[in-house]
This record gives sequence, C-alpha cells and structure tokens, in this order.
Amino acid sequence: MANRTPPVAGVPAPALQAALAGDSFGRQTRHARLLLLLLLAPALLWLVGLIVLPHLELAVLSLRARVAPRVYELSAKQYLTFVNEPLYWRTFVRTALMSIVATACTLLLAFPIAWTIAKIARGRSRSLLFVLCLIPFWVSETVRTLGWMILLRESGVLPALLVHLGLAGTPPEMLYHDATILVGLVYTSMLFMVVPLIGALDTLDDSLIEAAYDLGGNGLDILRLIVIPHAAPGIVAGCIVVFMLTLGNYLTPTLLGGKNSLWFTEQIYTQFITRFNWEQGAAFGFLLLGLSTLIVWAGLKLSGQKFGEVMARS
Amino acid sequence: MTADLEVLEVAKHYGTHRAVDALSFEVARGSFFSILGPSGCGKTTLLRMIAGFIAPDSGEIRIGGTAMTGVPPNRRPVNMVFQHLALFPMMSVGENVGYGLARRGVAKDRIAKRVGEMLERVGLPGSQTKRVDQLSGGQKQRVAIARSLVLEPTLLLLDEPLGALDLKLREHMKIELKQLQAAFGTTFVYITHDQSEALVLSDRVAVMNHGVFEQVDTPQALYYAPQTPFVAGFVGANNRFAGIASAVQGEQVTVTTQQGLVIPARRTGKVVAGDRVDAFVRPEVASLMRDDSELPASHPRYRGEVRSLLFDGANSSVLLQESQSRAELQIALPQTGRFADLRVGETVSFGFDPQRAVCFATARRDGE
Repeated sequence: MANRTPPVAGVPAPALQAALAGDSFGRQTRHARLLLLLLLAPALLWLVGLIVLPHLELAVLSLRARVAPRVYELSAKQYLTFVNEPLYWRTFVRTALMSIVATACTLLLAFPIAWTIAKIARGRSRSLLFVLCLIPFWVSETVRTLGWMILLRESGVLPALLVHLGLAGTPPEMLYHDATILVGLVYTSMLFMVVPLIGALDTLDDSLIEAAYDLGGNGLDILRLIVIPHAAPGIVAGCIVVFMLTLGNYLTPTLLGGKNSLWFTEQIYTQFITRFNWEQGAAFGFLLLGLSTLIVWAGLKLSGQKFGEVMARS
Repeated sequence: MTADLEVLEVAKHYGTHRAVDALSFEVARGSFFSILGPSGCGKTTLLRMIAGFIAPDSGEIRIGGTAMTGVPPNRRPVNMVFQHLALFPMMSVGENVGYGLARRGVAKDRIAKRVGEMLERVGLPGSQTKRVDQLSGGQKQRVAIARSLVLEPTLLLLDEPLGALDLKLREHMKIELKQLQAAFGTTFVYITHDQSEALVLSDRVAVMNHGVFEQVDTPQALYYAPQTPFVAGFVGANNRFAGIASAVQGEQVTVTTQQGLVIPARRTGKVVAGDRVDAFVRPEVASLMRDDSELPASHPRYRGEVRSLLFDGANSSVLLQESQSRAELQIALPQTGRFADLRVGETVSFGFDPQRAVCFATARRDGE
C-alpha cells in the first residue's frame, strides 16, 4: 500500500484540514475578543466600580427606614418625606427651572461665539478665539468662582465702580441673587456648549447659506430653515451636557448664591454630611437622577433628535 | 434684440490683482451664454458680482434693464445653480423647490401646485416627498435647476454645475441642460473651464483670461476664426509654433520657426514681415498620407516620423516629429481606419490647407 497520507482515525483528509483551519481561525477570534476585553477593562471597571455598584448600594439605602438602632426595614419613607416637605420639592423644581434657564442662556451666548469661530474667523484668529474660550478652564472652578465673588461682593470691584460712576449711592450687594447664580453657571458651562456647536457649524456648507440667500431668504429664514436644522444634533448635545453639569453643580450655586441659593445638590450634601441621614440623601440622589433623565428625554422628544446620533456629534 | 444682462465697465481688484478688469458685455434674452476660462481668470468673481455676493469696485450691472447696484442677492431677479448644487439636505425635494416661493409669501396650495408642475417639467413628477440623498446626480441637478426656475428669474447663473460629475454623466447632463434651456427659454449664464461644455451648450461664448474677455463669439467662430493667440490655444486642441514672419503676401504669411520649419498660415490682425508671430495648426486640419502624391498640390508637404500613437477612439491622434526641423506636432487620425496599422517609427507624409492655419503677431502679455 503506497498511501502517503493515511486517514486519521477514519476522518477523510480534506475534512481534517478544514477542521484544523477552522480551529486556528477560532483561536484568532478568541484572541481578538480577549484584546478587546482588555482594552475595555478600565472603562468597565470604572463603570461597574464607581457608577453601578454605588448606585445599587444607594438604591438599597434609599428604600429603607431605621426603626430602632441598627434595625432597618423596607420603606418608602424617604420619598414620602420629599413629597410632604414643601422645601424639598420646591428646591427640586427651582433647581430644574434654573438649570433650564441657564442652559438656554448658555446656548444664546455660545451660538454667536461658535458661529464666529466656525464661519467667520480664519487661520490664526480662529485658533486664538478658541484658545480664549479655553483659557478660563486652566484655572480650577473654585478659583474662577472666587474670582466672581471678588468682582461682585459688596466691597468688590463692580459695586465700587458703580459708586464711583455715581450710578449707586452705596455699594450694592451683587452676590446672593438668582441672577448671580445664573451668571456663574453660564460662565462655567460656556465651553461645553461652544465645542459641540463649532463641530456642528463647521460641517455646514457655506454654499447652502448662499443658495438660501440667493433664492430669496433673509437672515432669520436661513437661521430657522438651514442653520438650526443642520446644527440641531450639536445644539442638543451641548444642551444635554450643559444641563447635566448645571443640575449637578454644587460649588457655583453655593458660593455665588450663599444660603439663599437653594440648589438641590445642597440638600443632598446636607443629608449626607450635616444630618448624616444617608437614607434621605440617597433618595434625593435618585430623584435628581430621575429628574435629569426625564428632562433630557423630554428635550430629545421636543427637538426630534435621537440620543445616539446626538452623542456621536458631541 | 433686448439684453437681459448688461455689464458696463465692471471691475474688481484684490490688492494689485485685477480679478475683473473693466469688463463690458451684453447677454441677449433667451440665449445660452458661457464664460470660458482657465481657473483664476476671474470668471467666478464675475458671476458672483452678477449674483450680488460681491460688490464691484466700479462699473454697473443691469439685469432686465434695471441697475443692480446695492441690491442684495435675495432681491435680484437672478438665481444661481451652485457648483455642488447646494440642495438643502434637511428638506424634501418638494420643500427644496418650494423654498423660494415660500420666501415670497406665496400661499401653501399655490406653492404645492407650482412645485408639482415644475417637477413635471424637469421630468421628476411626483418626487416631492423624496429625500435629496435618494436622488441620482442627474436628478439632483434637475432639482437644483427646478428650484431656481420656479421663481421665474430673468437670468439663471450656473457655476460649473457639471464639474463634480463623472465623465459619462457629464456628457449626459450636457445634453439635458441644453434641452432644459431650450424648453424654458430662460437666459442662462454658464461659467466653466471645460471648453467642450461651453462649445456644446452655448449660443455665444466669452473666452476670459486675466480678467478680460479675449473674444466673445459663437462657438463656431471661436473654433474656426480665433481672434487672439490665447483663444486659438485654449479652444480646441492646437499645435503652436513660435517663429518669424519671413514673408507677408496679403492675408498669407510664411512663418519660419527657430528650428527651420516653414509654415504658411492666414494672418489674423496686423502682421508685417519680420514680426515675431505664433502660428497654429489644428490636429484635425492636417492630413496624414503614406504617399505625399495624394496631398493636394496647394498644400505644403512635410515628412515626419511617428513618435507615439495616442489612440482614443474617435479622438485618436498621432505624435509626429518633422524630419528636417525635428519639430513635434500632433495630427488627428482619420476615422476611415486606414491608419489602424500605423506603427511607431514609421515615416509618413502630412500637409494642411494654409487657409485653415492661423497666425498672430506675438502678444506682449505672453512674455515668452
């Protein structure tokens, strides 16, 4: 018998080869999968360890009530306290409304800036303008906010200037107003609105604007029918980021608004740190999470945008 | 004939660069007028001044008899088809076409009716609800033209709309564009750097160079009777020979090149013996023979060696080197197929009708 490649254990040679090839291919894909897992590991660790696990713990905390020392039972007491105590839910609604107003103000201010950078400025002046937007962020938020306090407090720069100009008899207290909080929030959020807007406006072809103008449109028509529909994903992305940052901001409302600021994050802070009532604080945390999710969802529905597309643009 | 567009001494300078240099011309109502020129010749600046996006430094533009100085683009009776068409991707086809009417405050049902009629006229009936990205390149162009023509402009400006298309589609769209213009009767002003587009489409063509018009004429006149060396070199293919006018007899000039090639040519403009001249012989004017006895007696005769064969179907030609002067020239191959067996290195005879070769006194601007 001169058969040089005898069949192995009754398996025909071609089938064996195919199986071997398949095996090596399988090994390769397993390799790639392992590599992907390793690459994702830091993100997964962060997500599970710092977001998912603490939130599960907080969820359990928020749903229990202390009946005796070291004795707890399942209860909706924390959430009922929120409903029954007007201070809490008023602060809650106020925070939401102020955040929406701050987001709207940021959008109105950031749009002309983004337009200038994306459509008007060229070359060096373009990068310069962008760096000007970025520079304040090299300083920590605390220092920036303290800067506002130096400018606005009763003995500060701006009130002194008003007195000097004869516009006010005595130096007015410009801190601790709602408007002051808004100014601080808008200032802090500006960059996060400008960047996605520049991205969105950059991709708008100038000839579309010219065509719209050529066919009889005026500036307002073009803004409404061409520019805003094109930039909508960028606008929504910027608004979501700014809204979430504003809603969850603690430092700016506390420093610029003082005791009157009544920001919901302060209530959470008080429950956790001052009152040592973690159960109540956890419930508030969940309420805030629910609120921001609800408002972002409503915003997406109203503007007709898809969350995935918007996030891809930001 | 009334003129829909009158341009009077219009100039535009960028620093010391004269983009458009005191230009005057008229475009007759209902005609297809092309501005042909190489990139950077100022044709885009001129078109944008007519559309109103740029204000001229001096001079006046009149459209339909009305001066347009200080009138913004959205108030001019002019619409433009952009290079990349600039259809609004955020709107449906119907909204694109109805955009201009809506800006004029036309009632919704009137807009719907006119958009429907317009789309039917450009051969896209019932595509109102389609998205722009569902259209083919040719359909997009028709929508862009419909979007402008629905406003019944006095003048339609077209900024190289075929430039972005591939060759096959471009050939097809050329024909379609000409038919659309004939059907609507609107005055078209078309700018292009593609001479074939200009020649095929236009009633009249202006050849533009360095901010001025070299010649404004019918495509036939530009091709057969170029008035300047630039036009002779830019419109159609041409063999150019720089030399001295060694003899001038009436219209007929004998040109001798530096290499010693002697070319008889018809003069355009003033040429005196001893002048430096440029002579032009078109590849399709010269005829190729294997035996020089076949050439008419009145034609000059040359012999040349085939350097390369440039086969391109109907546009095939051959690159020859003239035997005595070593001058190179391109000659079209006849369509009869009798030179299908021509080989590189072969020596053939050629000649041309001296009446169809042209020469000009060398323009100062060329600076060669």
